[in-house]
Amino acid sequence: MAYPMYEVDWSVLPPEQNRRFNPAFNIATIKQVVNEAIERVAPVSVRMPTPTRLRDLIRQIRAARTAAEERSVVNKECAYIRSTFREEDSVWRCRNIAKLLYIHMLGYPAHFGQLECLKLIASPRFTDKRVGYLGAMLLLDERQDVHLLITNCLKNDLNSNTQFVVGLALCTLGAIASPEMARDLASEVERLIKSPNAYIKKKAALCAFRIIRRVPDLMEMFLPATRSLLTEKNHGVLITGVTLITEMCENSPDTLNHFKKIVPNLVRILKNLILAGYSPEHDVSGVSDPFLQVKILRLLRILGKNDAEASEAMNDILAQVATNTETSKNVGNTILYETVLSIMDIKSESSLRVLAVNILGRFLLNNDKNIRYVALNTLLRTVHVDTSAVQRHRTTILECLKDPDISIRRRAMELSFALVNGQNIRGMMKELLAFLERSDAEFKAHCSSAVVLAAERYAPSDKWHLDTLFKVLLKAGNYLRDDTVSSTIQIISSAATERQAYGAMRLWTSLEQSAVSGLATEKQPLIQVAAWTIGEYGDLLVSEASSAISMVDEDGVDDFVRPTEEYVIDIYQKLLWSTQLSISTKEFLLLSLAKLSTRFTTQASQEKIRVIIDTFGSHIHIELQQRGVELSQLFRQYGHLRPALLERMPAMEPVAAPHRDEQELDLSDTSPDHTKPDQDALLDLINGSDSLTNGDVEHQPEQIATTNNNTSSNDILDLLSGLDLTPSVPAAAPAVLLANNNVEPSAAPAALLLDGLFAPPATPQPPHPADGAEWERAVLERGGVRVCVSARRAAGAAATLTARATSQLHTLTDFLFQAAVPKKIQLDMMSPSGTTLSPQGEITQVLKVTNPTKTPLRLRIRVSYNIDGTPVLEQTEINNFPADLFN
Amino acid sequence: MMQFMLLFSRQGKLRLQKWYVAHPDKLKKKITRELITTVLARKPKMCSFLEWKDVKVVYKRYASLYFCCAMEQEDNELLTLELIHRYVELLDKYFGSVCELDIIFNFEKAYFILDELVLGGELQETSKKNVLKAIAAQDLLQEDLNDGLLH
Repeated sequence: MAYPMYEVDWSVLPPEQNRRFNPAFNIATIKQVVNEAIERVAPVSVRMPTPTRLRDLIRQIRAARTAAEERSVVNKECAYIRSTFREEDSVWRCRNIAKLLYIHMLGYPAHFGQLECLKLIASPRFTDKRVGYLGAMLLLDERQDVHLLITNCLKNDLNSNTQFVVGLALCTLGAIASPEMARDLASEVERLIKSPNAYIKKKAALCAFRIIRRVPDLMEMFLPATRSLLTEKNHGVLITGVTLITEMCENSPDTLNHFKKIVPNLVRILKNLILAGYSPEHDVSGVSDPFLQVKILRLLRILGKNDAEASEAMNDILAQVATNTETSKNVGNTILYETVLSIMDIKSESSLRVLAVNILGRFLLNNDKNIRYVALNTLLRTVHVDTSAVQRHRTTILECLKDPDISIRRRAMELSFALVNGQNIRGMMKELLAFLERSDAEFKAHCSSAVVLAAERYAPSDKWHLDTLFKVLLKAGNYLRDDTVSSTIQIISSAATERQAYGAMRLWTSLEQSAVSGLATEKQPLIQVAAWTIGEYGDLLVSEASSAISMVDEDGVDDFVRPTEEYVIDIYQKLLWSTQLSISTKEFLLLSLAKLSTRFTTQASQEKIRVIIDTFGSHIHIELQQRGVELSQLFRQYGHLRPALLERMPAMEPVAAPHRDEQELDLSDTSPDHTKPDQDALLDLINGSDSLTNGDVEHQPEQIATTNNNTSSNDILDLLSGLDLTPSVPAAAPAVLLANNNVEPSAAPAALLLDGLFAPPATPQPPHPADGAEWERAVLERGGVRVCVSARRAAGAAATLTARATSQLHTLTDFLFQAAVPKKIQLDMMSPSGTTLSPQGEITQVLKVTNPTKTPLRLRIRVSYNIDGTPVLEQTEINNFPADLFN
Repeated sequence: MMQFMLLFSRQGKLRLQKWYVAHPDKLKKKITRELITTVLARKPKMCSFLEWKDVKVVYKRYASLYFCCAMEQEDNELLTLELIHRYVELLDKYFGSVCELDIIFNFEKAYFILDELVLGGELQETSKKNVLKAIAAQDLLQEDLNDGLLH
């Protein structure tokens, strides 16, 4: 029984040659020999009992009927294992580590085995090494401080003569390489990539891939050895080589260019794969090495992106793969999927793109859920390339919103939002709102923001926009993002009076329903918006006038019942005294209630409001208490201030543009109207504090090549000079001038521009118009385009202005009329009679101006249109309206 | 690149875990627990993909075992299914119609096979024959002398 003699031989010889022992040596006899040897060597006093076998331990643990029982088995074994570690028992170490690894998988701590793993790795026995490296990969990761030790072990083994020892070391390095280890061992790995042994070569290539991923600076040293990997026949080396090159190309643009020249090699490899006959070694359901094919397709995609020449070189092979791949099995679809991604990403021929979209269309109808998921995913990535092709599948995509599978729903939702446009907004929103209502909590925030955004961009009308916002408030509940509350309030605040009344009525219905059904806590954003709106426009809500407003919704149902003042206050009381509502919601409600005291007229309701507000004087929350006390004062010694203090809010400024802009870029729509916020900002700049009230027309896309120089346009004169110069160049290229107005400010003499702005075409001031008589001025007259504004006094402190635009010679398209008035004045813009102005034709735009404070009316107007495709933008101010227009 | 691979039973018992990204033990446990719950909650007819945190989870059930891979966004989900299938085929060939018990009692072998198929989260060998050959050769190297020490 000469056990040690084998020990000398085994570690250097490959297994084929290491079979000199008697086959009669089976495992049992070997074990017996080992046991005997141990019994001989170990002193009786410290001898440990032979450790439980791994199999027996697993049986014991599985036999445990309760968690406590399992724990006790595990603890006992762990205590034993620890003691053997202390004893430095090297014979059974690998068995003990193996048991520890099993225990670790059950979730018990096993860190005390880390050093023992290193000892195993350092052992010359292959079993020890194999288990030791396995333990190292499971118990260590790059955070552990034993790394210096393992780095040395790895370095030794990377130089071993046995390929499997090198293999184990490479595998471990690939799994747990820390940046330090990567630096220390990179040169060893680079040497092994050049090894003639394919088994070592492929592992070294993937190690290099991990090293570069961890420490990108180390890439350079691997470059020379990498290219030759593609000349190998071995698929293991090929696929790891392609993986390594892919990583390098994604790492730096220089390397990407460096590898452009391998496109023909890749194409050749791919071609061979497709054309080669059946090869049992690499065949998967009739497809030759799909793993390698997919890797190559992905690398081609990276190499062909934004490169016409490289794309040209791969067009044919992509077409071949797309048409020749057998698609009855998952594996064929795997390749098609990757091919479609590549076709869409490179500069491929249009026929190829059609082919790719058609493949996706087929995918979308596939019975396999996985394929459908992939189709949605890919359509989302290609929707920006070819929207109309994806639009064809809209119905199918909307259908996927109802899928029971969350993965598919998520993809379908994102894709649906990407498909929303001005034409389909009504239908799409209906589906998406229904989806929002039934969707999972994790979707609600994202979905509601996307709905709000889409509504803002594409709303076909003001009323629709408001309705949609209200529905979102109702359906998204507390998942709504905070900014939606403020933006909705702002939209209501700047809407026309009848819209405000409509808003108050709609929101009242929702508020009342939520309060009565006890769902208010789940819909706090709704309560906040409703409170604000009812507070501001509560008088409209309870007045007779409300019956004039149609509350019939899309389904033809009118569920609005005009509430009494007392009932409104009762609902408020219910909500304010609820313990569930958040403090900020209550703040909205409390202030709103105070405002209602000046909107509501009966003595009883005044009294009721006062009582409720008084109760807040002792509220536990300091902020609410303070408000309660302050508001109470408005019912006592400062009562005379109350109406003035609680007056209606002036229309709010539009929210800052940058946020919105960013969101729009997200959607990557190519329509030109994303420039609009800039233009508004431009108008704002001139308007100063004046509000800009836009009517429906706002939502029409503007074709103006924006000046967009307002970043540097603090100089108002500059800006105006450009605007004013425009008309003097008859329809030539005013936009260019506009764009340049910062560069050549001297081109515009200041006197001229001031003329243009502050003294608009002055006809002699006529005598005061008689009641109902019309006042009319031509306010713009340039290049044959003439805009006249007429004013007529209307009932109350209001006037009706009519703008008429005529053109003598040219046809104007995309005609857009915008107007702004000072804050105290309210402006309602009606729909324009058209957007295209033909010669001798006329576009009229009616504006209703309400001016309760009778401040002198100033009106800034801006007109934009296209002449023969050249955009023109003009603006002016009218401040010579008859003084008695509102009397 | 694969970030990690988990094998677990229908009862939610972890049978194998392979991590290719460095996480503290605590986080690994948390991820494992959450993912097992999420996957087990899915119905059999649902698709095999799950967008979970920043990874794309691809899973497939074979008999009583779930094979679950966390991939990066760029990776081909369908190909990951093929990879899982390849691994199952290899286990099957190695153990001879593999069952969960084989993997429980020979978990180290299951790791060894995976390590010959995937390295550092990427596929290293596309030939089944080569993987099995490498495993057999190493088993031989091991069996020659000291397998008894392990089992």
